[in-house]
Amino acid sequence: MNLTNGKGSTSTVTSAAVSDQFPAGLRVLVVDDDPTCLMILEKMLRTCLYEVTKCNRAETALTLLRENKSGFDIVISDVHMPDMDGFKLLEHIGLEMDLPVIMMSADDGKSVVMKGVTHGACDYLIKPVRIEALRNIWQHVVRKRKNEWKDTEQSGSAEEGDRQPKASDEADYSSSANEGSWRNSKKRRDEEDEAEERDDTSTLKKPRVVWSVELHQQFVAAVDQLGIDKAVPKKILELMNVPGLTRENVASHLQKYRLYLRRLSGVSQHQNNLNSSFLGSQEGTFGTMSSINGIDLQTLAVAGQLPAQSLATLQAAGLGRSTAKSGVPMPLMDQRNLFSFENPRLRFGEGQQQHLSSSKPVNLLHGIPTNMEPKQLTNLHQSSQSLGGLNMRVNASATQGNPLLMQMAPSQPRGQMLSENTGPRVPRLPSSLGQPTVSNGISNGLLCRNGVAGNNRGTAYNPVPPSSLLNFPMNQPSEMSVNNSFPLGSTPGISSITTKGSFQEEVTSGIKGSGIFPSYDIFNELHHHKSHDWDMTNPGLTYNASQHANPLQGGNIDVSPSVLVHQGFSSNQQTGQSRDAALIGKAMFSVGECLEQDNLQNTGQHLNPLLVDNTIRVKAERIPDASSQSNLFPEHYGQEDLMSALLKQEGMGPAEIEYELDGYSLDNIRV
Amino acid sequence: MHSNSFHCSLSLSLYSSTMDRAHSRRHVASMKQSLFDQGYLDEQFIQLEELQDEANPNFVEEIVTLYYRDSSRLISNLENTLERKPLDFNKLDTIMHQFKGSSSSIGAKKVKAECTLFREYCSAGNAEGCRRSFQQMKKEYAALRKKLETYFHLARQAGPLETAFRPK
Repeated sequence: MNLTNGKGSTSTVTSAAVSDQFPAGLRVLVVDDDPTCLMILEKMLRTCLYEVTKCNRAETALTLLRENKSGFDIVISDVHMPDMDGFKLLEHIGLEMDLPVIMMSADDGKSVVMKGVTHGACDYLIKPVRIEALRNIWQHVVRKRKNEWKDTEQSGSAEEGDRQPKASDEADYSSSANEGSWRNSKKRRDEEDEAEERDDTSTLKKPRVVWSVELHQQFVAAVDQLGIDKAVPKKILELMNVPGLTRENVASHLQKYRLYLRRLSGVSQHQNNLNSSFLGSQEGTFGTMSSINGIDLQTLAVAGQLPAQSLATLQAAGLGRSTAKSGVPMPLMDQRNLFSFENPRLRFGEGQQQHLSSSKPVNLLHGIPTNMEPKQLTNLHQSSQSLGGLNMRVNASATQGNPLLMQMAPSQPRGQMLSENTGPRVPRLPSSLGQPTVSNGISNGLLCRNGVAGNNRGTAYNPVPPSSLLNFPMNQPSEMSVNNSFPLGSTPGISSITTKGSFQEEVTSGIKGSGIFPSYDIFNELHHHKSHDWDMTNPGLTYNASQHANPLQGGNIDVSPSVLVHQGFSSNQQTGQSRDAALIGKAMFSVGECLEQDNLQNTGQHLNPLLVDNTIRVKAERIPDASSQSNLFPEHYGQEDLMSALLKQEGMGPAEIEYELDGYSLDNIRV
Repeated sequence: MHSNSFHCSLSLSLYSSTMDRAHSRRHVASMKQSLFDQGYLDEQFIQLEELQDEANPNFVEEIVTLYYRDSSRLISNLENTLERKPLDFNKLDTIMHQFKGSSSSIGAKKVKAECTLFREYCSAGNAEGCRRSFQQMKKEYAALRKKLETYFHLARQAGPLETAFRPK
C-alpha cells in the first residue's frame, strides 16, 4: 500500500510538481502505431512527470503539431508506422517545427540507427524502451535550444566588428565580455557555473550573515564614504562597526555588491546583444511584421549585434545553469524573473530590438522551464498580437513564441504571468499608444508601445521633442529601450542604426558619469541629445541618461520585468505633467537616498530607486491610480535599498540572482 | 466477555488470512521467478511492474491483455502472408518487426527471440526457416499467455498488500 501510494502520488501530482522541477511537465508527443508500446510509453513518460500526448498515427501527430506548434517540447516516434515512415515524420517535424525528435524501434541495426541520425533524430531508442532512457530526454530539449542560441549568436557575430567601434565604452565591459566569454555559450556557461560555485561556496562556507536592510545601508554608507574603488573589507568593517561582523562577511558582501554594480552597468549591453540575436530569428519567423518594422529590427540588430550575442550567451548561460543545476529545476517564479530581467534589458538597450529580443530570451528561459504550457503561450501571443502588442511582455512572448516556440515552450505560469501583465497593460496601451503598431503584429506592437511611451513622455516630459528617444531616457531606463524602438517604428527616417549606436555610446559613457538628481535633468537634456545623438551631438548628457537607464534596467530586471513595461504604460497614462511630477517625486526619492550613498554608487543607486519606482509604478498601474505611483515609490524605498532589494530578490529567485551576478559580473568584471 | 471473544476470533481470522496471503504472495513470487528462470520473461517485465501504481494498480495485466489482443491481429496477418507463394519476405519482416517491438515491450523474452530468428530467416529468404520459427514463436506466445494468466490470477488472489489487513 505504501509503496503504491508513493508512486501513485508522484505520478498524479504531475501538474503540481511542474513548478519545482524543470523536466516535470515536459510536453512529449509519442507516436507509435503499436498500442502496447504506446501504452507503456505513456505510462513511463507520465511516471517521469512529463505531460504526454499519445498518438498512433504519424499523420495525426503531424496534424497535432501543426495545429499547435508550441504545444510540444519533444517528439518520440516509432520508426515503422503504416501510414507514414517515421523518418518522413522526422523530416516534416524538422522542417516545420524544428522540435527535437527521438526515434525508437525494435530494430537496432546500425543502418537504421544511422538513418535516424542522418535524418535529424536527436536520439534513437531501441525497444523495449526503458524508463531510464526517458528520464533524460529533457536534455534534448535543452540542447536544442542551446544550439539554436548558438546559431543566432554566430549569425550575429559577423556583425560585431561594426558594432564594436561604435560602442567603444561598452567595449569596456560588454565587448570584452561579449567577445570573449559571451560568444561561446559553453564558455559562458562554464564561467557562470564556476562563478556560481564560487558564490555558493563562499556563501555556504562562511558564517552566514543576514544582510538586513539596515546592515546593508551601513555597508553602502561605508563604501560610499570610502569610495567604491578604495573600499576594502577591512576599512568597511571598521566604518560599519558592527559587532560580530567579520572581514570575510564584508568581503563577501562587497564582492556581491560590486557584482551588482557591474551588473547594473552591464545590463544594457547585454540587452543590446540579446536583442540583436533575437532579431534575426524573429524576422524570419514573423512574416506579419511590417516591412518597416522588419527593417528597423534588422538595423537595430545590426547596430546591436554585440548585444545580441551577449543576449544569446546570457540565455544560453541561463539554460546551461538550469540544466546544470538539477535538470533545469528552476522554479517557475525564477523563470518569470528571468523573463523580466531580459525584458527590461532588451527594452533598455534598444527599444524594439530589445523587446523582441527580450521576448525571445524570455522564451528561452521559459523554454527550459517553460515547456509546460505552449498553448497558453500561443494564446498569449495571439492575444498580444490582436491587442497590437500593447504589452511589451506579451509581444515579446509572442515573438519568442514564433522563433523559439519550440525551445521555449512557455510555461503555464509564464503564460499566466504574461496574460496578467498584458491584461492590464493592454487596455492602457491601446488608448495611449498608437494603434498603428497593433496591426503589424508583434514587432509592430512593440513599436507601438515604444511609440506610445515616447509620445506621451515626450510631450509630457520636456522639450525633448525629438521624439520618443528623448522621452525614454528621461522617463527611465526601461523607457530607453522603448524610445529606441519607438523612433524606429514611428520615424522611419531616423536610421535605427544610428540610434542604436548613440544608444550604446551613451550607455557606456553613462556608466562612467552619474548624478542622481542631475541625472534627471540630464535625462531631459539627454533626451534632446539622444534624439540628436543619432546625429552625434552630445555624448555627455546622453551618457548620463544611458547610465541611468542601465542601472534602471538592472534594477528593473531584479525587481520585475513587468515593471519596465508598466513604466512605459504608466508614463503614457500619466502623460506629460503628471509624469513629470511623478518623475520628480521619484528623483527626489532617489536623490534622498542616493545622497547618502556615494556618487559612484549613485548610478547604481539611482538605478535601484528607479527600479523601485518602476516596480512601484507597475503596482500603481495595476491599481489604476496615477497618484499611487508616487506613494509607491516611497514605500519601496522605505522597504529596501537597491542592494537590499537586489539581495532579497536574489534570495527569492536563486536562479535569477545567480544568473545575473555570475554571468554579468563575470562579463562586466571591469566595473 | 462476549465482545472479547468476538475480537479474539476476528483477530484469529485476520491472522490466518494474513498468513494465507503471505503464503500466496510467496507463491506468486516464486512463480514469477520461475518465469524468469525459464527464460519466458526478461527485466522489461520488471519495468512494467515498477510502473504499476495506485493510479494503475493492474497496469501489467492490462498491458499484457492489450498485447495479446493486438498481437493476435499480427499473428493472423503473418499466417495469411505465410500462406502466399512466393513469400513476401519484406511484408513478413515488417509485420514481425512490429510484433517483436510489442513482445519486447512486455518482456516476452522467448517470443522476442523467435521473432528475431524469424526475421533472420526473412532476410536470408529462408521460407522454411520462417515457417518453422513462426510455429515455434506461436508456441512460446501461447505458453507465455497461459503462464501469465495463471500468474495474474494468483497475484490477484494474493491481492495487493493493503488487503492483507482487512478481514474478508
